[in-house]
Amino acid sequence: MSAEYSIETEGLGRTYRLRENKKKKDQPRELVALTGVNLQVQRGELFGLLGPNGAGKTTLIKILTTLLGPSTGWAKVAGYDVHRETVKVRPLINMVSGGESSGYGLLTVRENLWMFSQFYGMQSVEAYKYIDQLLAEFGLADRANTKSSDLSTGLRQKMNIIRGFMTGPEVLFLDEPTLGLDVGASRDVRSFVRRWINENPRRTLLLTTHTMVEADELCDRVAIINRGRVLACDTPAALKHELQQEAIFNLDVSAQNGLEAAAFEALPGVRKVQLTPLDGHSQLQFILAEESVLSAVVNTLTQRDVTILNLTKREPTLEDVFVTLVGRSMAEEEKVGSNGNGH
Amino acid sequence: METAIRKNTGWRLFIQTILGRAYPRVVGMAREKSWLFFEIFLPMLSVSAYVFVYRAIGAPKEYIGFVVMGGAMTAFWMNILWSMSSQLYWEKETGNLALYIMAPTQLMAILLGMALGGLVATAQRALAIILLGSLAFKVEYALGSFWQLLLVFFLAMAALYGMGMMTSSLFLLLSREAWHLANLAQEPIYLASGFYFPIKSFNFWVAAAASIIPLTLGLDAMRQLVFPSGALLGFLSVKVEIAILFGLMVVFISSARLLLGKMERLAIREGRLTESRR
Repeated sequence: MSAEYSIETEGLGRTYRLRENKKKKDQPRELVALTGVNLQVQRGELFGLLGPNGAGKTTLIKILTTLLGPSTGWAKVAGYDVHRETVKVRPLINMVSGGESSGYGLLTVRENLWMFSQFYGMQSVEAYKYIDQLLAEFGLADRANTKSSDLSTGLRQKMNIIRGFMTGPEVLFLDEPTLGLDVGASRDVRSFVRRWINENPRRTLLLTTHTMVEADELCDRVAIINRGRVLACDTPAALKHELQQEAIFNLDVSAQNGLEAAAFEALPGVRKVQLTPLDGHSQLQFILAEESVLSAVVNTLTQRDVTILNLTKREPTLEDVFVTLVGRSMAEEEKVGSNGNGH
Repeated sequence: METAIRKNTGWRLFIQTILGRAYPRVVGMAREKSWLFFEIFLPMLSVSAYVFVYRAIGAPKEYIGFVVMGGAMTAFWMNILWSMSSQLYWEKETGNLALYIMAPTQLMAILLGMALGGLVATAQRALAIILLGSLAFKVEYALGSFWQLLLVFFLAMAALYGMGMMTSSLFLLLSREAWHLANLAQEPIYLASGFYFPIKSFNFWVAAAASIIPLTLGLDAMRQLVFPSGALLGFLSVKVEIAILFGLMVVFISSARLLLGKMERLAIREGRLTESRR
């Protein structure tokens, strides 16, 4: 691979034509899933795409894995144009999606993996060697001869992940790989991913996730994507650093009917407020321009006879970065999208 | 684990893919025993019904053999409908299709693997029906030319599975309607292909139209080759039927290749063939 970048896109966009709904003729017939995406991922990098469901992450991965053509712009993987040079791209890549049910239930785990290895031209002896090695790494060795239809969702997902690594790709795409995995299994996958990328500087991994911890813990750089646009792209530390001049506070307050975030948004120096009703009390999260703004917040609460139960200052997270960029938390953004108000 | 894994390309990869995709079909049959009931016992009931009718009306004894042979060949038609034509649609639903398209292999090799695996698995079912039917109803065979019989069987299967490969892309484009199409095509083809009687019973043009299904002429030619008076009941001469079967094989396999390419291009352009969301 002679290219400077493992993955490179410029002005990349994708618009889907929707099937006509005769009952809803006034609805748009196009869906802009991706627009003007410019990315450069270097060889050896573990790059994260962070965004809510429906942000365009999967569309981007589909374009990069040659499954979907772009509507505008171009993309290169391992130095080859993904649309025009698919034959050169495909031997160098692999992809695993969260929650996929690929393979055949009647085959055992080992047989399913062997079958996919044949589509990449791996020699059977070598394929079995890698499969057994990876099954052991993922704690699936004792399930090697279990029919995949008898596996739990989590174990099946581990099998899928092994399928992606097994062919030794130069560029691997993991689309929400820990979806459906329990905490322990997710941790195992994350630590394997890290080891895999560190073992060989030629490898590149692009991971999509809507889990902040995953992106923060794992990725060298993260692009935050929402409504088909890349809003920011940097290391997790640098993204959070932008917010470090600001002060972030969590306040647990007594439950109070009529308490609204809007009451604080008008205060000078309050950048963002989020109000979350919890069981028996409410939680307020503030991003303030500086710490001194907190006194105005406390005064407002006192005037409304709200008791402060707990007050903590915390370090910014990628969720805070997302809130700052979008104006809503990722969960709220997903809700807006699913209500049909999204892009 | 090192990245530098030795990988075959070209024709080796093509062959590997065929064998890799054929494997689940062959192994699957051994693991899912329900086929013994659904694909041997149930067809044997239909065969028996026709045998008793033919005996009751005093039909020539060759007709008993015709029915047994036809009953065996229904297994291939069922396999084409439910495991070839509909298969790419199911592969899309399970997410395998996207993985197949993304792999460095050719989709044509995947389809050939499906066909080979289906043929091997179904041949065992067909053979079981022939053996059971022949023993139960004391069918007498008089084999003319073994090599001609083998050639007819090979050409009929190549043309038939070529047709299955071609329709798999068509069914995928039609999505959910594929299920209904498969249902619709099942019984009429039993009739049109003459599974339980010689197609010479139709008038010439109906028999000629039915010959678009490779099983029609394949079955007719095989009957002519293995039964003493088969030639008298045959639609066309064996040589003509061989020539037509060869033509059908070329047409169907070439069309399968063309349609598969079109389907892949459409999948990449429209983005809806590899996922069921839009």
